[in-house]
Amino acid sequence: MARANREMGAAVAGIEGPEAANGREPAAAAGLRGFSREELHGLLADMLLYRRFEEKAEEAYAIGRIGGFCHLHIGQEGLAAGAIGPLRGDDLVITAYREHTQAIAKGIAPRAVMAELYGRATGCSGGRGGSMHLFDTTVGFYGGHGIVGGQIPLGAGLAWAIRYRGGDQICICFMGDAAVNQGAFLESLNMSAVWRLPVIYVVENNGYGMGTAFARVSATEMEARSGAYGIPAHTVDGQDVLETYRFFEELAGRVRGGAGPQFVNAITYRFRGHSMSDPVSGTYRSREEVESQVEERDPVAILRERLMEAGLLTRGELEALDAEARAACEDAAEFADASPLPDPATLYDHVYAEINPHGRLFLDGRPGAPTGGRARVDGGGRHG
Amino acid sequence: MAEITYREALNAAMCQEMDRDDSVFLLGEEVAEYDGAYKVSRGMLARYGDRRVVDSPISELGFAGLCVGAAMAGLRPICEFMTFNFSILALDQVINSAAKMLYMTNGQIPIPIVFRGPTGAALQLSAQHSQACETYYVHAPGVKLATPATPADAKGLLAAAIRDDDPVAVMEGELLYNVRGEVPDEEYVIPLGVADLKRSGDDVSIITHGKMVHVALQAARTLAREEIEADVLDLRSLRPLDADAILRTVAKTNRVVYLEEGWPYAGVGAQIVSLIQDEAFDDLDSPVLRVTQADVPMPYAKNLEQLAKPGVKAVVEACRKALYTAGTPA
Ligand SMILES: Cc1ncc(C[n+]2csc(CCOP(=O)(O)OP(=O)(O)O)c2C)c(N)n1
Ligand SMILES: [Mg+2]
Repeated sequence: MARANREMGAAVAGIEGPEAANGREPAAAAGLRGFSREELHGLLADMLLYRRFEEKAEEAYAIGRIGGFCHLHIGQEGLAAGAIGPLRGDDLVITAYREHTQAIAKGIAPRAVMAELYGRATGCSGGRGGSMHLFDTTVGFYGGHGIVGGQIPLGAGLAWAIRYRGGDQICICFMGDAAVNQGAFLESLNMSAVWRLPVIYVVENNGYGMGTAFARVSATEMEARSGAYGIPAHTVDGQDVLETYRFFEELAGRVRGGAGPQFVNAITYRFRGHSMSDPVSGTYRSREEVESQVEERDPVAILRERLMEAGLLTRGELEALDAEARAACEDAAEFADASPLPDPATLYDHVYAEINPHGRLFLDGRPGAPTGGRARVDGGGRHG
Repeated sequence: MAEITYREALNAAMCQEMDRDDSVFLLGEEVAEYDGAYKVSRGMLARYGDRRVVDSPISELGFAGLCVGAAMAGLRPICEFMTFNFSILALDQVINSAAKMLYMTNGQIPIPIVFRGPTGAALQLSAQHSQACETYYVHAPGVKLATPATPADAKGLLAAAIRDDDPVAVMEGELLYNVRGEVPDEEYVIPLGVADLKRSGDDVSIITHGKMVHVALQAARTLAREEIEADVLDLRSLRPLDADAILRTVAKTNRVVYLEEGWPYAGVGAQIVSLIQDEAFDDLDSPVLRVTQADVPMPYAKNLEQLAKPGVKAVVEACRKALYTAGTPA
């Protein structure tokens, strides 16, 4: 995190930083960056929702409602609100497994996300995916991937499809800092540059991959990672959601206009353990480090304090917004709890998109497994 | 003999071998400072230093290849995959480099490497994190594969794998790490290719490997209540495969169920069935049955996951079926 800390002061130190976000404005005005009061309240409401959602998920995990791996975004919510917020509805987002709030930011209802965490039929992946595999293509959210770096070439592919069809959408492909050491990252950057794909690769740089500090296993700084492919690198303070929002608003516009692939090093911090079973601090990072980050670099608190200082938010308004966020999460949890488990008869659904009329697709010999032809002949839409 | 966990037994095997051979080193994600993602390498960084216990970046293809390269130069790497799911990224180096090197070089370059880590499903880890990877490895000539089920086997088989001059995958289980059992304190090596009869019975044979040994034993206990006594044969290593032990149990019970965690198509059981019908057809009183994961990616939802996984109930039913069909032609 030492390297990240050094960056904190600078508003944006991009090699090719967007105009509007180059830190030239006077401090007070810079804080609000031309956002209207409504917009600011909207952003705060989003941030509060994400925070409360993750806290609710944490609670639900503790009582066994959620199982498996569950990676919380607490501390990093600025990258849901600030990077996804400025996107158009038809833009695409793909990411890794720490994605609950990003899914909500792109438009999946908190109910559908929570129900997925609970493994219920009403979840956005029908209960099949769980915490790491949230999907809803109708809002342009393409998951939710569990293999570190696996989503990076997929992000390039989504952008490829946009360009192929001549559309003007863009794709944001998020990844953790540790993912840039996968070969897939390098290969994807090269291809994206060769074909000038409309993709923004965003590293959520929380300084650690599990228990390993980035610098311990990385030969060069994050900002240097895209230069070899001629892809512009930018650094943004992900804890400052106003800065992050303006930055992505501008960058998205340029990529939409044909600027080609971009690489963003977004400085952030994970306030919880890697996943629910991992300690918050330990040999890899000290308790003091975490405490000082929580104290000074909480993206929700930073926004809240700024608005209050600028006289744009009263205590009463804050309480109302927070109550609303809590209520939405409570509602999501109640919805999830009341939702049915997936129907056991659907076990074989969606392994294949097409059940061919000839031959066997499933070889386990189990009674429930559809056999070739039968599903269609029976007219059972379930398997067909 | 001391009672220790499976996790500690693996640790003991690595230390045993690193103490006697400086060319053995451990490399993988989180193996050093974090003591291993599943704490298998606890204390090893302190004991051997960062020359021999090395944290890698998340670069499976790269670090697996690096380990194969080091083995080409005569070192004996233990390459840890946090789980074998992630080794799918590294399969190119396993299959195209490690498995074929000795052959392509006409015997000039052996690859004495160990790939190890947990395989298979834990609880609700969903499709990308719940895969039994045995078949990918055992499919390629040139690779050996051991699948310890108990702490003692973990120590003995991992030690043998490290001493072996060929690439050996050692597949563990996340749900096995806390299993306790008696393990010899002294130097302990179990030769690869020797199966172990974990329970003896005359009525039906449950042949299996790895974590599923415990499921088989549980099924055998259930069957015993119905006065059906099962042989439970733990193959322990899938290549080399103890064919004699398989044929012995077939000759004894004449009825066989193969239990494995992975998918059925071209699964380990398919090979065992082929071997049995090839070499012991006349010993069979009923068709050899297989119990596997449902032929679907692992779902997250608790109820679907349970349905997809091979469990005690399915094994018991398969054994009954093997018995009730006794006498009918295969
Ligand atoms: C290919 C692969 N290797 C290892 C893992 C296990 N693993 C899951 S998350 C993680 C750390 C990733 O860190 P980073 O990319 O920085 O993301 P963060 O968790 O900090 O959001 C590791 C090693 C995995 N899921 N996939
Ligand atoms: Mg990280």
